[in-house]
Amino acid sequence: MIALFLRDLKLSVRAGGGALIGVLFFMTVVAVIPFGVGPDLNLLSRIGPAILWIGALLACLLGLDRLFQAEREDGSLDVMLMQETPLVLSVLVKCLAHWTASGLPLVIASPLLGLFMNMNEVAIGATMLTLLVGTPAITFIGAVGAAVAVALPRGGLLVSILVLPLAIPVLIFGVSAAYAAVEDPAPFLPPFLILIAITLFFAVIGPLAAAAALRSSSD
Amino acid sequence: MPVKLHVEDLAARRGEDLIFQHISLVLQAGEGLVVTGANGSGKSTFLRVLSGLLPVDAGRVRLEGAGSDNLAESSHYLGHRNAMKRELTVSENLVFWQDFMGDSPGGRGLPVEVAIDALGLSGIGHLPFGYLSAGQQRRMAMARLLVAFRPVWLLDEPTAALDASADRMFAGLVRGHLEQGGIVVAATHQPLGIDGVRELRMTGFAGVFAEAGY
Repeated sequence: MIALFLRDLKLSVRAGGGALIGVLFFMTVVAVIPFGVGPDLNLLSRIGPAILWIGALLACLLGLDRLFQAEREDGSLDVMLMQETPLVLSVLVKCLAHWTASGLPLVIASPLLGLFMNMNEVAIGATMLTLLVGTPAITFIGAVGAAVAVALPRGGLLVSILVLPLAIPVLIFGVSAAYAAVEDPAPFLPPFLILIAITLFFAVIGPLAAAAALRSSSD
Repeated sequence: MPVKLHVEDLAARRGEDLIFQHISLVLQAGEGLVVTGANGSGKSTFLRVLSGLLPVDAGRVRLEGAGSDNLAESSHYLGHRNAMKRELTVSENLVFWQDFMGDSPGGRGLPVEVAIDALGLSGIGHLPFGYLSAGQQRRMAMARLLVAFRPVWLLDEPTAALDASADRMFAGLVRGHLEQGGIVVAATHQPLGIDGVRELRMTGFAGVFAEAGY
């Protein structure tokens, strides 16, 4: 299993892996917002956490469609389906590797982009923490979409459309927890704990559903 | 305990179409089976059903004497695609499959360098897989059969894109596997050049088959 994790990490940083594409997209989205909104610093710092979250959500969805498609195209998926190792476990490890390669860089880049949005230290810290906890859920949800669309030649957009509705709760609780840390009356812990619960829930449901979809898609 | 593969009254469909039916055979340890037939006669479907990648429509497939009676877990499947990553080097690919697949009970896989040497491609293990020619890629895909031990090999057109010497080398690999008490089922257009291998001739949609000495 460690072999699979390391292989997927290696693949995502080698040519054509696309680990950095997500970060670049994230930076592009967030960097153009101040130009569009205008130089209103108060407004920017107020919408900052939400913009960071939306940018991270979209960036997370970018590379997801290749998660299983690349394996299917070169025949590796057939070999994985045949192994004694439960497919659910292989899918979980692939999700973790995908998140480490493309989700974790977003979390690391978020403080820098928070400065673009004139956010204070508390808001930056809270957004980073909620992204750290929340982005794995997006990967697990996305794995289901990627598995369903694995046989479709242009599944990329379809994956995003399938996945977005399910990822909305992650966005809502992520943003509300980030805001709660800044604005006094709202409590930080309840939305943050729900966010953790969502991630744990999809860490179980996602690989199960994705494995079932992969099994039924083999032809 | 020697392995024994039972195929009982097997039938498979693709969508609504019946591809084959009433295939029954028993392969003992050390026996090979060559599946022949025209394009589209169901050779690949037969192999994919054996490897569990397509559902069985009727009948069943059973393996005795291996760690589990699930044939898929005790087999290597070498399909049309090589199951290797173009971005990784040849050694990285093989080391990954060795770690990921592990060995079935009753045997051990060869070390990666030894497997590369056995395929006659010494000295290019450090190259990315995508740099190799089609024939070299096919040979490296065969090295996967050696690095992790599986008693049953299911090979779909294994020698496509190979030159004559590679054909002979591959026949040697198959012979070696049979001598160790393995089972080989290969779909092919060219004769494999191995004596004492049985033949299953697929005749297409009629679903009738004939088994004959090779």
